[in-house]
Amino acid sequence: MSDFTSRFFRQPQGIVSAVLLTILIVEVALGPLLAPYDPETFHVKSRLLGPSTDFFLGTDQFGRDILSRILWGARTTILLSLIATLIGAVAGGILGIISGYLGGRIDELVMRFVDALMAIPSLLFALLIITVLGPSGINAVIAIGIAFSPGMARIARSVTLSVKTSDYVSAAVARGESTMWIMSREIAPNMLAPVIIEATIRVAFAIMLLATLSFLGLGSQPPSPEWGLMISEGRAFMFRNAWAIFWPGLSIAIVAITFNLLGDALRDALNPKN
Amino acid sequence: MSLQYILNRFFYLTITAFVVSLLVFCITQILPANAATMLLGEYATQDALIALEQKLGLDQPAYIQYFNWISGVVQGDLGTSLRSGLPVSDTIFQALGRSLILAAFSLLAVVIIAIPLGVLAAVHRGKVTDFVVSLISYVGISLPEFVLATLLLVWLTGPEIGMFPASGYVPITESFWNGLWHISLPVITLAIVLTAHVMRMVRSEMADALQTDYVLAARLRGLSATTVLFRHALRNSLLPTITVLALDVGYLIGGIIVVEEIFAFPGIGRLLIVSIQERDLPMIQAGALVMAFTYAIANLAADMAYVYLDRRIQYV
Repeated sequence: MSDFTSRFFRQPQGIVSAVLLTILIVEVALGPLLAPYDPETFHVKSRLLGPSTDFFLGTDQFGRDILSRILWGARTTILLSLIATLIGAVAGGILGIISGYLGGRIDELVMRFVDALMAIPSLLFALLIITVLGPSGINAVIAIGIAFSPGMARIARSVTLSVKTSDYVSAAVARGESTMWIMSREIAPNMLAPVIIEATIRVAFAIMLLATLSFLGLGSQPPSPEWGLMISEGRAFMFRNAWAIFWPGLSIAIVAITFNLLGDALRDALNPKN
Repeated sequence: MSLQYILNRFFYLTITAFVVSLLVFCITQILPANAATMLLGEYATQDALIALEQKLGLDQPAYIQYFNWISGVVQGDLGTSLRSGLPVSDTIFQALGRSLILAAFSLLAVVIIAIPLGVLAAVHRGKVTDFVVSLISYVGISLPEFVLATLLLVWLTGPEIGMFPASGYVPITESFWNGLWHISLPVITLAIVLTAHVMRMVRSEMADALQTDYVLAARLRGLSATTVLFRHALRNSLLPTITVLALDVGYLIGGIIVVEEIFAFPGIGRLLIVSIQERDLPMIQAGALVMAFTYAIANLAADMAYVYLDRRIQYV
């Protein structure tokens, strides 16, 4: 483990992502406490202001404090993306293990289906699922989770195939362990490293997709301080106050950069060969 | 490239198309309100609904409905829009044509910008150039299209600068320069995001290629730096780049949906979003099907190109 830590922090990506991640965790945990105002209070006399000492990042078209909205929105935006990725990882992981372990016709069928699903671009796939489920924040999360699962299934399957023939799996079969037990206790733990690396990079995608869906009016609904929605709402007034678009945009980019860097650093630290 | 490989790939393409069509069809079965209800509204009488359902064939079992729909699709009949009453295929293919122009210009820009920058970064590995290129590509892959597009919109179309039109579309066949001027902001947005992806790939492939034995051997033979770089290293690192470009068509399709919506560009992406908001079922189905199929074709083309260009690999 200390070996992993030293490899992780030896790279610039590791250090930068660790610092950014700490800031984000603080923001998610304490955001509402740090916020100077209530995120939904209208300050009618100070609408569409730029950054000032009263409102550090300015105000939006209703005079709501942008800083407070971003701090509150961090919870919605970041936690929902994590949940979406988790749904994708778990669903895809289970599908991949079952398909890879059972093999044969079932594997063939599942993988053809997975290949076909991967032929649909994520945003398009998510849009289709939202057409069925209806637009809301939670449905956007489910849609992204489902859209991510084929990719995860493929990774889980390839890991399963590579460990299926190993001695400890054969030993478990010889001991007469049940298929369920072998899949969950002997095979699944091998999946942790590759799935975590993939999932970390996927979180960055999830944040961007979630914000995009909200921006298109198909995700979180007003008055939620979700960052994508903030940009969508600020767009009508963009020439009067560009800050209302700039800050949430910057926030989304920072979170996505953090998880992209983290994913790269984890990959290098967990696969010393590369 | 054996004939069997090609046939194999076409077989998979057919399966993909079949699964996607099933998925797209399923939406009509899962949705609580069917086409008849959508056409007539909530307050329609029961008799009128039943009559229309019969006319549209909605009273038949699902597999027959699917069969009717898919046999129409295969013959190029994608149904009739629930909103405009016009044939879906005319609207869709017109919109697709405009989107393809957008996509073609974006891909062209990406190839022109991303490959040289990636090569530059790989050659100056660990130096300032490399750092700057890597930093830009990290920012590029972490910036959703809608954020970038909106920021560009604020910056470049505002009252002060006013360099580009904020929206609108002029056919490029009608007036080339005016048309180009109108698509420049969407193309710039798409190109920046895609460039970030492709640049990263070219850089890492090129960096690997520069450390191989054959590049070293070419250097030792005294070949000039340019020859080694372009004739030996670049050629081999472009192969994986083709695959990345094809995979990036997936991002491009996602990007096109967003960018068209922001710049009010009348392409297939905007058509899809509008159809989803209006719940125009045949249009949603056709739009999704056409986009997924375009992506599948792009991947197939990339695979073919890969096999054709890389003579070392024998695919069966």
